[in-house]
Amino acid sequence: MIKTDILIIGAGPTGLFTVFEAGLLKLKCHLIDALPQPGGQCSEIYPKKPIYDIPAYPEILAGDLTDKLLEQCKQFEPGFTLGERAETIDKQEDGTFIVTTNKGTKHHAPVVAIAGGLGSFEPRKPLIHNIKDFEDKGVEYIIKDPEIYRNKKVVIAGGGDSALDWSIFLSDVASEVTLIHRRNEFRGHLDSVEKVQELKNKGKINLVTPAEVIGLLGDEKVSGVVVKQAAHIEKEFEIECDHFIPLFGLSPKLGPIANWGLEIEKNAIKVNNALDYQTNIPGIFAIGDVNTYPGKLKLILCGFHEATLMCQAAYQIINPGKRYVLKYTTVSGIDGFDGTRKEAPKAVVKSIE
Amino acid sequence: MEQDINIKITDRDGVTHNVLAPTDMAMNLMEVVRSYELAPEGTIGVCGGMAMCASCQCYVLSDTQLPEMQDDEEAMLSEAFYVKDNSRLGCQIQITPDMEGLEVELAPES
Repeated sequence: MIKTDILIIGAGPTGLFTVFEAGLLKLKCHLIDALPQPGGQCSEIYPKKPIYDIPAYPEILAGDLTDKLLEQCKQFEPGFTLGERAETIDKQEDGTFIVTTNKGTKHHAPVVAIAGGLGSFEPRKPLIHNIKDFEDKGVEYIIKDPEIYRNKKVVIAGGGDSALDWSIFLSDVASEVTLIHRRNEFRGHLDSVEKVQELKNKGKINLVTPAEVIGLLGDEKVSGVVVKQAAHIEKEFEIECDHFIPLFGLSPKLGPIANWGLEIEKNAIKVNNALDYQTNIPGIFAIGDVNTYPGKLKLILCGFHEATLMCQAAYQIINPGKRYVLKYTTVSGIDGFDGTRKEAPKAVVKSIE
Repeated sequence: MEQDINIKITDRDGVTHNVLAPTDMAMNLMEVVRSYELAPEGTIGVCGGMAMCASCQCYVLSDTQLPEMQDDEEAMLSEAFYVKDNSRLGCQIQITPDMEGLEVELAPES
């Protein structure tokens, strides 16, 4: 069981900044995220795109914002449960919560802050009539363990970075890699596209374009795919394979959080914005893009503000009646949980003769 | 309000809405749909309008002259589902005065 003061669901910018604000109040944080890396949408969807409305940054790349937030909260030693989705929440008799992920990891905390953005990212599944029959029987939407493809025949579908990158990677692992895409053009980093071209020329990747997988073959397990080629002459043919990996990106879904008994409106969690962004369940807060209230704006900078106020309320729950006044970091410095201290340099006192 | 244009938008339940869209606020079609709440929040414009999610895919029903498709829109549509010959990404269609009478239908959520 992982124990912490504030359990944050979602490791996007709002969740990461919460770690910093909580740390100033000597509260420790642990974050759960369904994605394998912190940063949320900023890292997953648009790491190389600029953001222009982060105060004091005229321009910052989304990926760099994640790096800066991680650096800023580093001394408060956040814990991470990554690649797992928060599934259930159980309120204990003492008012604390146990949150369990889809992989069974349990987290215990007196305060839960949902900073889940638009929800957890789920793979987008192609519209192939019998694909459901083969899920986990040779069809994988996410590659978790590349070793299962060793010496197997693999068909990958998709035209983005993950389709390109995994085709490259698996060309050294699998016995046969076929990449199928609806167009001849791929959208991905130039070096990935060039690498696939090189591997295709060497015969290490079979490239089938423009084409689409329209059906799966097999009894208990995938044994092949039906491909429809749409060049000048339309034709259908079969490719023998052990695995079919459709990589069509991820789309966020509110997911299991929707069943936690929280008041939901417009796919977002209703909170008390006059006070502390608490939900209808005391001890559970919702901050950032995942919440809603009159006048809500889904902006990173609003998430930062909400996180800051939420931490003050969390402090009161965790330390009932304990006195505290807001301090400026410039005055008090920052004492990390790792023993480090950051502080303003002392002024020089020297007489002028 | 003379800069406003009339657009017909059929939502995902098949209901057609006649809406007024401003042409002077740098709005795109996806944002017009959101401003009238014709699709639930979180099911449209997920990526914010970067042509990176296809949640704003729509079918263009009128023969209105629209801006030419750029590479990123074409690439995204080639990976999206339910794509038809008249598919466009709403986020890539900036509302301009000459789009008066535009008729679109939202593609299913995927």
